[in-house]
Amino acid sequence: MEKSMRKYWPIFVLPTMLAFLIGFLIPFIMGIYLSFCNFTTVTDAQFVGLANYIRIFTDPSSNFLHSLWLTSLFTVVNVVLINVFGFVLALLLVRGFRGTNLFRTVFFMPNLIGGIVLGWIWNLLLTGILDKFGRTLVYSEAYGFWGLTVLMLWQQAGYMMIIYIAGLQSIPDDLIEAASIDGATPLQTLFKIKIPMVMPSITICTFLTLTNSFKLFDQNLALLSAESSGKLKLLALDIYETFYGRNGWEGAGQAKAVVFTIIVALIAMVQMRLTNRKEVQQ
Amino acid sequence: MKKFTSLILALVLSLASVACAEETGSIYYLNFKPEVAEAWEALAAAYTAETGVPMTVITAASGTYEDTLKSEIAKTEAPTLFQVNGPIGLKTWKDYCYDMSGSAFYDELTNDAFALKNGDAVLGIAYLTETYGLITNTALLEKAGYSVADITNFETLKAVAEDITARKDELGFSAFTSAGMDSSSDWRFKTHLANMPIYYEYLADGITSTDAIKGTYLDNYKAIWDLYINNATCEPTTLAAKTGSDAEAEFQLEEAVFFQNGDWEYGAISEYIPDENLTMLPIYIGVEGEENQGLCTGTENFLCVNSQASEADIQATLDFLYWLVTSETGTTTLADTMGFDIPFKAAKESTNYFKKVAAESVAAGKTPVTWNFTTMPSETWKNGVGAALTDYAQGTGEWDAVVTAFVDGWAAEIAAAN
Repeated sequence: MEKSMRKYWPIFVLPTMLAFLIGFLIPFIMGIYLSFCNFTTVTDAQFVGLANYIRIFTDPSSNFLHSLWLTSLFTVVNVVLINVFGFVLALLLVRGFRGTNLFRTVFFMPNLIGGIVLGWIWNLLLTGILDKFGRTLVYSEAYGFWGLTVLMLWQQAGYMMIIYIAGLQSIPDDLIEAASIDGATPLQTLFKIKIPMVMPSITICTFLTLTNSFKLFDQNLALLSAESSGKLKLLALDIYETFYGRNGWEGAGQAKAVVFTIIVALIAMVQMRLTNRKEVQQ
Repeated sequence: MKKFTSLILALVLSLASVACAEETGSIYYLNFKPEVAEAWEALAAAYTAETGVPMTVITAASGTYEDTLKSEIAKTEAPTLFQVNGPIGLKTWKDYCYDMSGSAFYDELTNDAFALKNGDAVLGIAYLTETYGLITNTALLEKAGYSVADITNFETLKAVAEDITARKDELGFSAFTSAGMDSSSDWRFKTHLANMPIYYEYLADGITSTDAIKGTYLDNYKAIWDLYINNATCEPTTLAAKTGSDAEAEFQLEEAVFFQNGDWEYGAISEYIPDENLTMLPIYIGVEGEENQGLCTGTENFLCVNSQASEADIQATLDFLYWLVTSETGTTTLADTMGFDIPFKAAKESTNYFKKVAAESVAAGKTPVTWNFTTMPSETWKNGVGAALTDYAQGTGEWDAVVTAFVDGWAAEIAAAN
């Protein structure tokens, strides 16, 4: 076995390596190079050094810092709301009352619909309601912000719920039993036993919601498609519109994307480290 | 193992040989106009059937032409034929435009004003002219007690519109369709309507483009915008979400008298409203002597041949273009199926009713308004103006912001581009 493994490893590794190379590594390196260039099409670029980076931070029409601030705010609000909702749903749905499976399915369903479709559905719903009040989703950034938060909550809470349910169910019954014999209140059981025990789930869920919210694109695009003032533009959409929508700003868009990647990587790393430490061994 | 390696090698080689395409030329047209996408595909099929030269037509979705072009042209199988919208578009794409000055296609052009030049090089050729204005439902206008002849300037237009609004419930229709600021519709105002103050400023200053717009006629821009948003089918606060199809449907269903749009809407409208109830009025904005102002006629459809394509492809594309404007099939399709008015010697008369309206307006001695929006500095400028217009309409912004976006934004975008 060992010997044949040594002999045939290329068959297993090469296809994946090739896909990784074409689909990720080459575009990634090319993207970094292009962020230092001035270009119209990606195959025809001129090196301009750091000009693009200076531009995105100093040009008043760049919008980058504003988007960054909005995206951070959006991420914080979403991580908290989605996880709280998901966890509460999970707590309710591990109690084993009738119809539990139906509810689990119902809450999980939105996750099976793609972001663009979801965006359009919620666009119809919210526009229809807001119209009664003479408002639109792009009336101001706040409308877009909360509209998008509602959408994300609806889509993501169910998924996080499933992960939390799995975590809660893996807590040994004797621990809970011992606690109740010792006279722990339900709240004490929740904070001293259940939450520490599901820390691995919390790590996963926080990580997922954090990166999902920060990188949000298709929901943003579909929900707030109108190209006018007051539209909430999170970073990913801003990068897309800078690259494709502004002639002469293709390199700047690329530079934004590189800064964006660095930020996402940093947050993810710090976050993983922080929550890993809190995990308890069973 | 050896056997396996050779198998893989053979596979790779066979794949590589498929990748090497044929040597004869082919044509790939990236179409700008979704409304005639099917007609273009049929035309391409007809051309291939007639000459044997393979031709592909891909149509970019509405509002995404620049995006699509940007990614398509970087490919190995890049478009051989594409469009730019005028001098500003040419600035971006001039390295990709083949000089057509010696071509038979260029010789067919009836008016040199339709050639887009850089020095002596003919880099783009307009293949159609279009007209826009206030598409008017004359039957509804008469129901309100007016006729087209009553509207000769901004004053009279305003009086008619405001009277209709006052009697809106009794009449059962509004003066204007919704001035939607969704991306499918906002170009009607941030680009086409914004052309009016620019046209008059250029006219007054005797120029055809500028690096610094003064905004002399922005008060008139405000006047017409106020008229649109306050006499429409919907509340000004909901404009941001109204789409192009919303306005189109309102006009089709006779919910409004006026619809600011162009002759390209004819196909969609003629299914609902007969020609005798249709006309197109000039967009009056209250400038001295505007009684003599005509409709806005011009073009933003300049065809360019990709200079970075292979020799064979360039030749095939030029041959196609010549065929397009000289052959029976080509000219008939352009005039009948697509309804275009083309500036070429062998042009046929278009079946589009609005073309007739435009021609009559010129015959009556009205001065057509030129399309100066092709000199707008960038999409970002248009978006800035559009955003400010929306804010003003829904009451979250002041008119001063529109002026700033218009005047200062212009200078800033010119500076950013150079």
